[in-house]
Amino acid sequence: MGDNISKSLKRIGALVRKESTQVIRDRRTLVLTLVTPIMMLFLFAYAVTLTVDHLPMAVADMSMDTRSQAFIDALTVSGFFDVAMHVQNETEVIQAIDEGKVRVGVVIPPDFAAQVERGEAQALIIIDGSDSFTVQSGYSAAIAIAQSQSIELLMEKAARLGAAGLGTLPVESPPIETATRVLYNPNMDGMVFAVPAIAAMLLQFVAINLTAMSVVREYEWGTIEQLLITPIRPIELMIAKIVPNIVVTVVDTALIVLTGIYWFGVPFRGDPWLFIWLSLLFVVSGLGLGLLISTITRSQNEAQQIAFVLLLLAVLLTGFIYPMEPMPAGVRFVGNLIPLTYFNRIVRGVFTKGIGLTFLWQDVVVLAIYGLVVIVGAAMMFRKRLD
Amino acid sequence: MDREVTIETRGLVKQFKTRSGQVTAVNGIRFKVMRGETFGLIGPDGAGKPTTIRVILGLLRRTAGESTILGYDSMRDTYAIRERVGYIAQQFALPPDLTVMENMRFFADVHGVSAEDQARRIPELLEFAGLSEFTTRLARRLSGGMKKKLALACSLVHEPQVLVLDEPTLGVDPVSRREFWNLLGHLRAEKKVTIFVCTPYMDEAERCNWIGLMYAGELIATAPPAEIKRMVPGRLLEFTPSDFVPAWRMVEEMPGVLEVQTHGAMLHVFVDDLERRRAEIENALLRKGITYQGMREITPRMEEAFISLIRRRRQKESSN
Repeated sequence: MGDNISKSLKRIGALVRKESTQVIRDRRTLVLTLVTPIMMLFLFAYAVTLTVDHLPMAVADMSMDTRSQAFIDALTVSGFFDVAMHVQNETEVIQAIDEGKVRVGVVIPPDFAAQVERGEAQALIIIDGSDSFTVQSGYSAAIAIAQSQSIELLMEKAARLGAAGLGTLPVESPPIETATRVLYNPNMDGMVFAVPAIAAMLLQFVAINLTAMSVVREYEWGTIEQLLITPIRPIELMIAKIVPNIVVTVVDTALIVLTGIYWFGVPFRGDPWLFIWLSLLFVVSGLGLGLLISTITRSQNEAQQIAFVLLLLAVLLTGFIYPMEPMPAGVRFVGNLIPLTYFNRIVRGVFTKGIGLTFLWQDVVVLAIYGLVVIVGAAMMFRKRLD
Repeated sequence: MDREVTIETRGLVKQFKTRSGQVTAVNGIRFKVMRGETFGLIGPDGAGKPTTIRVILGLLRRTAGESTILGYDSMRDTYAIRERVGYIAQQFALPPDLTVMENMRFFADVHGVSAEDQARRIPELLEFAGLSEFTTRLARRLSGGMKKKLALACSLVHEPQVLVLDEPTLGVDPVSRREFWNLLGHLRAEKKVTIFVCTPYMDEAERCNWIGLMYAGELIATAPPAEIKRMVPGRLLEFTPSDFVPAWRMVEEMPGVLEVQTHGAMLHVFVDDLERRRAEIENALLRKGITYQGMREITPRMEEAFISLIRRRRQKESSN
């Protein structure tokens, strides 16, 4: 038994050396693997932030007093809205949106200052709904700014009335969603959320792609025949296909995370070691999933297509763009088959919120089991014969 | 011990499923390879030679029958076989992006060859294969003949008792082919390795001491080369007619002519009585106004024997 294990370890060692040499010799792939994610990080991060802020806005200020001016200032100072044009009324605002001149409009009714005094001020915000990103970010930004404005105004008024009057004032509690955002991301800076999630998504992409070609390539090259005729066991080959790629993906992770922290200024709030271990777990499960694809496909082309579909599903179904909670059970189930789903929560938890294993252990356990299942599954699906 | 059976098959069948139905690539073959022998599986393309080899090695699932190497079952004792057998695939199947030395080390390590044994054996094998000067060259950059030699060196690094080669000289130049077979000769003489080789080249068959003739998935003869050559009927006449096709048609119809084969511009005519038929053929050709050159008796080679055996097989099948 012990003899068998030492023989097996020796074979794994030989295989790991072979695979590592091959990974290093394939310079083009290696450079692409290390450079592409960084490029994608920049593209994605800036794309995401550009849609969130500096939305061109049309203003129809029918009041033209200090209160209305203060509200418009608050909107522009936030950086989310830029005044692109001044118009007369609501109709003209809608027309400007329809013509594509602006994405957002604000209509302030006459006598705004007096209404603010009475605590019943209403301003109309119109958002171009054709782009869901604009709707989401613009809507929540406008609400938050309006709320902070009205609360400020109310405070002012309350101070004049004295403490007795405070309880009678209608103070609306802000929606939960806004509250969470403000809790971890007080400036509503899109990057803080976007960068860790983008990083996780890119790592998923890299991990799956690295191994998805690795086994099926041996079949295409014909080299599998000479491997099969040695005493190498399938699981040994699977391990050897993963090990060198762990190093590659860890370097990738470091590059992406450090770029996120030092270039984009994303605060890292959690335990770095915990993050490293959990990233490793995530990377291994991704590599394992790639391996499984590689053992069930018949050509590199096929493997690439499946990897691509998985990436698309990962973007759509793992909470990267759209929250998973409202999804129908079937769709959520598909999302749950992708390791990114679990790591998205982990990365947000550890990176942005700074929480530890106490809150995340379920995702961690699932990810560990997942990795084990896909790797063993890949070894089982590995075709031990040529037919 | 000398007559120990190394490879054995009984009623071995391999069928492939294709879209148009089942194709029988190997149809119930039976043979034995004795220890220390060089057994050549010879036959035209599509006869099922590589399929037979792959089934015996457990690389393909067998449909029916039995096959063993060193007493180990091809399907059940896969790893026992893999530890004791060296194999060279038909196309180059070593990692192309590793160097000659890295390839040697890899296959040695994977087979659990100790460091001391490697230090002795690898230089020896590289010397033997004439690759000592190319240790740092990538396998991909080797010439066709050198690739085969590297594959041979790698397949011998764990000192296998049996060496299996699938058309090892396909696409290799004649000089390298000769060199390669000389290497195999050394192996047989010095290391007593049992060699099982399949090849479409008849001249290579002469290098084997036992031959299996394979045709359309069946083994139509197994015997030493000399015996195979004696299986042809009658004696063999060779000549070059001036008018090829009419001469061929005419000779074929003549009494006492058992078989006519074409060989380039020459006709090979098997006859029952050499002196009598030779005179008859010469007369018939003259009457038709066909001249001829180089009329002589030759000893049948493997090629003639092989064609003759296949032809008789076909005739038997069509008459059934």
